[in-house]
Amino acid sequence: MNKDPIIEFKDFTFKYYSQAEPTLHNINLKIYPGEKILIVGPSGSGKSTLGHCLNGLIPFSYRGDISGSLKVKGLETSELDIFNLSKIVGTVLQDSDGQFVGLTVAEDIAFALENDMVPTEEMKERVKDVSRIVDMDGFLTHSPYDLSGGQKQRTALAGVMIDDVEILLFDEPLANLDPATGKTAIEVIDRIHREGQETIIIIEHRLEDVLHRHVDRVIVLNDGRILADLDPHELVSSQILIDNGIREPLYITALKYAGVEVTKDMMPGHIWSLKTEAISQKVSSWFRSIEKPETPRKRDSILKIEDLSFSYDKRRQVLKNINIDIEEGEMVAIVGKNGAGKSTLAKLICGFERPVEGRLLYRGEDMEDYSIKERAEFIGYVMQNPNQMISKNLIYDEVALGLRLRNVDEDEIKSRVEKALEICGLSPFINWPISALSYGQKKRVTIASILVLDPKILILDEPTAGQDYRHYSEIMDFLREINDLGITIIFITHDMHLMLEYTTRAIVLSEGEVIQDARPSDVLTDQEVIKSANLKETSLYNLAQMVGIEDETEFVQGFIDYERSVRLKDEE
Amino acid sequence: MRNNLFSYNLVDTPIHRLSGLTKLIAFLFLTFAVMFSYDIRVILAVMAFSFWVLRVSQIKFSQIRLMVIYVIIFLATNAIITYLFSPEEGVAIYGTRHEIFHIAGRYSLTQEQLLYQTTKFLKYSSVIPLGIIFLLTTNPSEFASALNRVGVNYKAAYAVSLTLRYFPDIQREYVDISLAQQARGLEMSKKAKLRDRFKNALLIIIPLIFSTLDRIEDISNAMDLRGFGKHKKRTWYNSKSLKKADFLAILISALIFTATVMVSVFINKSRFYNPFI
Repeated sequence: MNKDPIIEFKDFTFKYYSQAEPTLHNINLKIYPGEKILIVGPSGSGKSTLGHCLNGLIPFSYRGDISGSLKVKGLETSELDIFNLSKIVGTVLQDSDGQFVGLTVAEDIAFALENDMVPTEEMKERVKDVSRIVDMDGFLTHSPYDLSGGQKQRTALAGVMIDDVEILLFDEPLANLDPATGKTAIEVIDRIHREGQETIIIIEHRLEDVLHRHVDRVIVLNDGRILADLDPHELVSSQILIDNGIREPLYITALKYAGVEVTKDMMPGHIWSLKTEAISQKVSSWFRSIEKPETPRKRDSILKIEDLSFSYDKRRQVLKNINIDIEEGEMVAIVGKNGAGKSTLAKLICGFERPVEGRLLYRGEDMEDYSIKERAEFIGYVMQNPNQMISKNLIYDEVALGLRLRNVDEDEIKSRVEKALEICGLSPFINWPISALSYGQKKRVTIASILVLDPKILILDEPTAGQDYRHYSEIMDFLREINDLGITIIFITHDMHLMLEYTTRAIVLSEGEVIQDARPSDVLTDQEVIKSANLKETSLYNLAQMVGIEDETEFVQGFIDYERSVRLKDEE
Repeated sequence: MRNNLFSYNLVDTPIHRLSGLTKLIAFLFLTFAVMFSYDIRVILAVMAFSFWVLRVSQIKFSQIRLMVIYVIIFLATNAIITYLFSPEEGVAIYGTRHEIFHIAGRYSLTQEQLLYQTTKFLKYSSVIPLGIIFLLTTNPSEFASALNRVGVNYKAAYAVSLTLRYFPDIQREYVDISLAQQARGLEMSKKAKLRDRFKNALLIIIPLIFSTLDRIEDISNAMDLRGFGKHKKRTWYNSKSLKKADFLAILISALIFTATVMVSVFINKSRFYNPFI
């Protein structure tokens, strides 16, 4: 390429003042105008820090020592301030709710212009133009509360595009979106890239979802160093992903199970580019060889929901005639798009809200007269964000809180807290302050603080949101161990991997009704259900079609069964 | 949905169409007018006017019920306390004493005290409809731009509008945290002792503060990245330019204010209207 790079890192090292070691080591990277780059890496790899260096939050908001050089458009960034840099690099932040500063879509899009003292009339024109690019022109007067996650993100995108920036930086754009919306987001980014001149940089750990569309190069970051700078085909056919705790695309895993050696000639970077002629035979015969596990025997009902209906305002029904029977020891996922009634259902189970009609039975007994506190004796509820649950400084005190509130005597508290911490792998930290823990560890503390109350049913709201593959596996494996102890677990989730790999049953809600209650493999291959629950089909489904397997559902189920048998062998 | 204390309601009425700046100026004029005057006739007139405006702006009682209840409780408490501490205040002000009946000790009911306290009660309560009109018909971000245009620093003005923007979020979060903590055994109902309830409330507020701090970091980053604070001034997407109706509204409220002052200066010769002499 004979053009000059638009971004050039040269021996760039950065260390936060608050840390002993540099977060970025000796980065050398060139990005050329009009490229579309994906930066992947596990949590703590330094990928967000790299993004902060590009948009000027480092050193403007987060201070530290910088050595080496970073040039954007030929200008040394240490000589630019965040305001000048923001005219070149537009950043769409992870939490599209948190970055919504305006009270309406139009105002939010206009925010950068307001700060630049653009006259009101001109501002209105430009807002209209840019909102059209992201399909938000019909929503200009809407408030953030009326928007879906995807619409908020598109508003944020318009808000940075209005400045005519040359580089668009997306910091974990998929983190808070459901699968279908995430897919659309990637398509929107791709369309903007094809139609415009912008250079696109996407920071994300969900590799497969970004590879739904073309990218020029993938840069793998770990421990603050660049480990690879490859095109997608080369990357997925290498060992780099697995070695660095990044989840490889599911169809790649399936190919490997089938004994296929994945090479870059097969164009395996995207499911749609994969060449399957040479491998169909192998995949099909692997599929036929998978042994079906025995169907587990039926167990007693632990939670039965009968003809349940609910409404907040007596007008709009949030839940309609729900019937679910959960067996003791099950691991169940409740899925559905935002507003489908998932959280409301959890609230009804915990007693935060009371049903308008219908009954909830715990082991056959009607829970109607049970208070929140009484239900808490056997139903534990873990919120999505651990910071919303933690109210003590020390881990011990936090876990002991529920018992102390129940006036259990200190000796018993001590032994129960120790046991809960041991199950959660937190024993070494028993006297630590919670502030010293990572996000995943905090999550464990909140789970421990519920487990200590000895619940029989555990309800978890999005337990893996925002977690990278390693933390995801840690949390989920840990929950599986708890499940093996006999505790029934109910997940409220959008995470399709979680459904496929860890649950045996998925209940799909749509507009307050149960539209399917089946195996995850059935759910994730049923186009209609996928659509109404904002899910998307798994790439295993596409793979099955591409290699000519007619029963896609059984193929997905076969993959799950095979994976479980591999795991059981590993455990032995 | 939960009823929020302040919720801007979007209906198209002449009052909504006025610019935020106009409404702020008119609000200040009328408030000063009733604050300045102790003439019950003037106050009743302003009050009648503000109830008329309340009707025009189509604000429903259900929207403001909560606020009205709080205000009535506050004013009633205030009236009782005023009477307990200075039962002869009216006599001192008006210089006459017409006792209606004696209660006990130094407490008796006089016409002067009755007039004084009624005037004061109406004075405060006439500010309420004005405040309600202002808050409920002004888009919060226009409110910020209005503050900015009467000279308040735009960063401070924006802080106000962001608070309004995030208030419902934080309220919702409080409810969620509180429920999750109750599920751990926290007793927040009337069954717990007041002291325990206070202690328990802390267990909810601490996580709320931390998650709010996270939110603040996010939003301030987002604002920095989009150039907030770059210049000494900024423009506002939502600032409406002043139209005929705006000048008219400002004129009317200025006239009301001037009239109140005139009544005090030329007719009453004091801030008080004294029917007893």
